[in-house]
Amino acid sequence: MTSRSTKARLQLIAAGAALALAAACGGSSGGGGGDDKASAPGVTATTVTIGSHQPLTGPAAPGYSEIAPAAEAMFKYINESGGIHGRSIEYKYKDDGYNPANTVDVVKQLVLQDKVFAIFNGLGTPTHSKVTDYLNQARVPDLFVASGARLWDDPKKHPYTFGWQPDYLIEGKVLGKYIKDNLAGKKVGYLYQNDDFGKDGIAGLDSQLDAAQVVDKQPYETSQLSQPTGIAPQLSSLKAKGAEVVVSFSIPAATAVALLTNAKIGYKPQMVVSNVGSDPTTLTGLLGTFSKGAVGAALLNGIVTDRYLPAPSDTADPWITLFKKIHDKYIPSLPFDGNVEYGMAAAYTFAQALNAAGENPTRQSLVDAVEKGGFKGPGFTPFRFSEDSHAGYTGMLITTLDGKGGSTKLGDAFVTTNDPSAAIEPAPADAQGKPGDDAFLKP
Amino acid sequence: MATLALPRRGPFASTIVRHLTVAVVGGLVLLLLTSSVNAYRDFQIANVGYYVVAVAGLTVLTGLNGQISLGHGALMMVGAYTAALILDRDNPPPLVVVLVLCVVVTAVVGAIVGAAAARLRGPYLAGATLAFAVGLPGLTSHYAGTFGGDNGLSVFTSPPPASLGVDFPSERWQAWITLAAALVTLVLLANLASSRVGRSFRAVRDDEVSAELAGIHVARTQVLAFVVSAACAGLAGGLLAVVSGQATPGAFSVALSLAILAGAVLGGLGSLAGAVYGAVALVALPAISSNASERFDFGTDVKSNMPLLVYGALLVIVMLVAPQGLQGGVRRLAGLLRGRSPAQPARNESVTEVSVTEPEG
Repeated sequence: MTSRSTKARLQLIAAGAALALAAACGGSSGGGGGDDKASAPGVTATTVTIGSHQPLTGPAAPGYSEIAPAAEAMFKYINESGGIHGRSIEYKYKDDGYNPANTVDVVKQLVLQDKVFAIFNGLGTPTHSKVTDYLNQARVPDLFVASGARLWDDPKKHPYTFGWQPDYLIEGKVLGKYIKDNLAGKKVGYLYQNDDFGKDGIAGLDSQLDAAQVVDKQPYETSQLSQPTGIAPQLSSLKAKGAEVVVSFSIPAATAVALLTNAKIGYKPQMVVSNVGSDPTTLTGLLGTFSKGAVGAALLNGIVTDRYLPAPSDTADPWITLFKKIHDKYIPSLPFDGNVEYGMAAAYTFAQALNAAGENPTRQSLVDAVEKGGFKGPGFTPFRFSEDSHAGYTGMLITTLDGKGGSTKLGDAFVTTNDPSAAIEPAPADAQGKPGDDAFLKP
Repeated sequence: MATLALPRRGPFASTIVRHLTVAVVGGLVLLLLTSSVNAYRDFQIANVGYYVVAVAGLTVLTGLNGQISLGHGALMMVGAYTAALILDRDNPPPLVVVLVLCVVVTAVVGAIVGAAAARLRGPYLAGATLAFAVGLPGLTSHYAGTFGGDNGLSVFTSPPPASLGVDFPSERWQAWITLAAALVTLVLLANLASSRVGRSFRAVRDDEVSAELAGIHVARTQVLAFVVSAACAGLAGGLLAVVSGQATPGAFSVALSLAILAGAVLGGLGSLAGAVYGAVALVALPAISSNASERFDFGTDVKSNMPLLVYGALLVIVMLVAPQGLQGGVRRLAGLLRGRSPAQPARNESVTEVSVTEPEG
């Protein structure tokens, strides 16, 4: 006589068999490549395949989900005029929903199964920091991480990882210098996101500003933004302490909430907003949504911020002309904003690195090419890539928003390093390249 | 009943021996499997391993004891952070000790949540555990010094032992770790389910008043079920931290809690075999649907949301076609093949029936 529980046990075996089948059925791909010494994983006679993890869904998707399609558009444009050393760049980007557990999964899939040559522009600090150890162990080039954290500049521990955009400490220093030089004697308050982003930013500010000039420092949590009180307590405190200048290291949603709160409580400080939180197109959209159409771009008038790339509204810039052309051809349904520009500019730097890695690139020759550096592109400052530094752009220039979606430069760019005590110097005049400098990118 | 299985005679008269035999056979099959696939498949199998532990724990709570929990993702988070904090020390203890500590710490948290849960029923219980799942990740930014805020903690995972060779893939080693943990968990839970404790779980689920009259302490039984389930979630969380090398609040969102519950429902509530199917589905479905959406050239917006759509649609279809989950479907199919009416699904198995088929021994 048997019972139900015996049958359950049989079914357990059946379940095990099902697991075996499920794994075996999908297990055929990959493994083919072999160890041909002449080429590298992901490189064939006609293609170079690279991969990325991106927040296409989830909390970080608005705005940031445009970056990868924009980079892909740049690669397609380059491929159509012959590619790099005759190879076209195939860009496989996968959604991680800004969830670090998914990041580990998709990156392992890209490296182990899709056999990509390199990981490019993986987005986010909490996400990407969980795969740097793995990528360096596996010796996969990890180029141009899409995050301004200082973590990527650690050539001893992570020889295969490189940053791209200027980090937040550099940004804090440059903004701090502007305040010291141009808003001397005014009381300054900080509003900052309570994480590495905000803390690095205010560390940079503190290195420049006299402690007596700073009257209040207010951290906020991103979770506050979805609550009815928002970040009103922080701004009320800044108002009560009499801050005439508010420096805000905030994401776009927090910047928009701060501007609306200021309007509501009748507080009119000079706002100084970090680059990531000041894209006029994104802010105008958010202001309209949050206020149900009551206010828009006009609220942005007079905000001081910084840029390391030309403004998307600056149609006289040859880079913007080229980016707009690529945008209109490949991704016309996306807005032409700072995120699209960012993706295209980073993709261009990657193409330069791949070009410099030689006729038959290997993973090592790609890393060597980036360390050798010397890339010029749309950025206002040079990169700081070398054997001892894996940091990207070294500085930025100050601009002010005009309340109509555009911005005006306030002087030339500065460069510095992410050492708080290092000097801030004017950027070399010839830092910016021109489209067409590289034969593979035809303007 | 049919006699297809290990005879209940000789050495197999003992429940433990039967369960262990199945586990050893299953272990051998999995050893062959993990050694014959590529490193990424091994990584996926490692993921299945910890999902099996979590889903099996939840299926005992919901299927056998009738308590719903939308907070198991948060319990996994307790396990993951326990592992991360211990492994971050200078001389971390062996992995087995770390995982046992994950189980203990999470079981204690589970006892506290369970004590509150035992006073709540139905939607109120769901709401309370959901609040737990929503609230707990917030603690990491409140105590950012210890828990690393939104960035979380990186977990250093020890490489495979040198005796396995230099080229042994670390993914395969991790698969072995989680599969071993899954087999141990399944054996322990299978024994528990067929023991006096398991019967008291079912008695409380079916009718609290009758259970009380039969001398079962209802509240204590419910707390015990919650503790057992939480212990499994803690182990699963510790394994997740080891496999993915991290403990971050983003990995333990409400979506994870819902995914585990979906896995249990998809596999068939109350069935340990179903927990295995559910766990496989949790790993395979998103992978298959994202691969499929890459083949077809939809717009970016459609492409990025496709996996969620396929996932949801499949859940609906399975519920319509096989309301008892995949395990119910398998059971019905097995019944048809043998040319008789479908067997009664496990969740309807009543206390009396069990005590007839499984005499105390």
